[in-house]
Amino acid sequence: MNVVLLGATKGIGRAVARLLALRGDRLVLLGRDPEDLGRSAADLDVRAGRSVVAATVPCDLADPAGFEPALAAAAAALGRIDAVIVTAADFATQEALEADLERCRSLLTINFAHTVVFCEHARRFLLPHGGTLCVVSSVAGDRGRKPVVLYGASKAGLSAYLEGLDHRYRSAGLKVVCIKPGFVKTSMTAGLRPPPFAGEPAQVARDIVRAIDRGTPVVYTPWPWRFVMHVIRRLPRGVMRRVGF
Amino acid sequence: MTVSERQASPGVVAGWGGISTLAVEHESEDLERVTRHVPLTRGLGRSYGDSSLPPPGEPVVAASPRADRLLAFDDETGDLTAEAGYSLYDLWDTFLPRGWFTPVSPGTQFVTLGGMVAADVHGKNHHREGSIGRHVQSLRIRVASGDIVTCSRQQEPDLFRATIGGMGLTGHILEVTLRLVRIPSPWIYGQTHRVSGIDEFIRVLHAARDEWPFTMGWIDCLAQGRALGRGVMFAGRWATPDEAPRRPPRRLPRPTVPVTCPSWVMGQTVARVFNACYYRLHPARPRPRIFHPEAFFYPLDAIRHWNRLYGRRGFTQYQCVLPESGGAALMHELLERMARFGAASFLCVIKDCGPQGEGILSFPMPGVLVALDLPMRDNTQQVVDSLNEFVAAAGGRIYLAKDALSRAEHFRAMEPRLAEFEAIRRRWDPEGRIRSAQSVRLFGDRP
Repeated sequence: MNVVLLGATKGIGRAVARLLALRGDRLVLLGRDPEDLGRSAADLDVRAGRSVVAATVPCDLADPAGFEPALAAAAAALGRIDAVIVTAADFATQEALEADLERCRSLLTINFAHTVVFCEHARRFLLPHGGTLCVVSSVAGDRGRKPVVLYGASKAGLSAYLEGLDHRYRSAGLKVVCIKPGFVKTSMTAGLRPPPFAGEPAQVARDIVRAIDRGTPVVYTPWPWRFVMHVIRRLPRGVMRRVGF
Repeated sequence: MTVSERQASPGVVAGWGGISTLAVEHESEDLERVTRHVPLTRGLGRSYGDSSLPPPGEPVVAASPRADRLLAFDDETGDLTAEAGYSLYDLWDTFLPRGWFTPVSPGTQFVTLGGMVAADVHGKNHHREGSIGRHVQSLRIRVASGDIVTCSRQQEPDLFRATIGGMGLTGHILEVTLRLVRIPSPWIYGQTHRVSGIDEFIRVLHAARDEWPFTMGWIDCLAQGRALGRGVMFAGRWATPDEAPRRPPRRLPRPTVPVTCPSWVMGQTVARVFNACYYRLHPARPRPRIFHPEAFFYPLDAIRHWNRLYGRRGFTQYQCVLPESGGAALMHELLERMARFGAASFLCVIKDCGPQGEGILSFPMPGVLVALDLPMRDNTQQVVDSLNEFVAAAGGRIYLAKDALSRAEHFRAMEPRLAEFEAIRRRWDPEGRIRSAQSVRLFGDRP
């Protein structure tokens, strides 16, 4: 499989890229920092024991003008793109976002508007021959909740977009996979107190790769979050208003 | 991924023995960024005492385990360059199937390369291969000024020698180039047998030196009188392809200790029963067989969070090396002192060491090494003081990676090498920024 990853240098994306590299997929890494991309490419090549990274291409979710050229460069390096995986995103606590509205605007823009625009470009590269678009959203988008009002809203929009996209293009050969991780222990969440069922990037990565292989439209990971969110989605508003999560 | 092996909750940084402190831990894939303004970097936190704890006056520490990328591997020489947070657990997965392994392995695989270099770890093959420092080709270090320096035997050799076994006190280790060794198969061909007492043990260890690259012994330190120092001798080497099973070794299951146990779990009664059974489990005469490499190298890794068995007060390990010249008499004395305090526990390990490594503060030296776990009790400080007085007088020394309770005066008495180490350290860190809770306790650093 020929895979383009945006956000493979860190956290969940790093773990996904390692799994794909080990099974022999060919990869193109997109990311902000060329030097960091180079180090991740070396890591994947050494772990796989052969060259698996076809190219690294600078691409920043904050700069939509770069999306199309970056994907075109990836397509040129791979020949054809079978899957595009987006794990990159912004995160900040509710308190930090409330305190700094500029920071808030930038997070909402990157996590929703720019991620959607990136997906729209990716869709054009994938549609002609079919393929998979896998995007990491979050359980935070399933319900408006006190600790993640703003971050959750950005992910709610993203999840809704991904569902619509899947309905609209599945028959044309574009499979859209929306990943909804619960709490995952990465540097993004470092310093936060892990709740029960907190996951490890490697475990989440296995679920993501399986979802891509099967074309599962929505995946909660680690798996207990599926049941946790099933309950939370059904809680009456009056209850949600009183509880802390 | 081994990050899950760490267990502290946010805001708490703990050593493996249970000593903890309130501190902020900066975890990131970007080790260069988070090491800029902190006094110390820690890896997977498997040092037993306070080596990986920040100084009380500046409770902030960088954590390396997410910086775990491999940067280069040369399959002619075996030279592997990796970020300092890369662990032996990961190295196993990547390199064992390809016929490569670390030249020196400590008793757990949940250690980072950076931590291995900082403690200059030794393994069952110390009499052959020395400690890990001998196999390190170069290091990339963020020194106190904030600069990043590459050092090796040719380049800044003083910094290189001080960093090997320097407990992270010369700077933040960012990258390590380590020369891996080729192995004929991933399985171990070895043998175990019972040994009746301490004199025989030392004889058996010496006799095994030439035949076996890996040796170590377990001592039942609750046995008294004529049985003093009885135990089990382990010896092994990598199996040849003909001897080895055809299948690759699968990961062994690792059940976990889910909660901190009450302290009687590791009390004398349980220890006595366990030790007697464990002793009799092994054959009287050596009987060679094939060992799973994980069971051979890392028996304690078989149980996740085994440190919780020691209860809320935790435990410490007393690990020292006694010089060869003193012979078995020193070992007798040490075991008897232990017994007098009634401080014994399950784990007591003995191993003969080869020549001292290049690291200025490197722990092993020619002689017999002893490591014993001590549950924390009211008299543990006294036990450690008494053992330290004895070891200092005998010309031995202690292993900083295990130490939690030693006093500065005892440490100084054992370490004539300290002056040289401190001189190099001051050259790179005139203001004394890089330090740990342990260096405050033992080296006299400012809190």
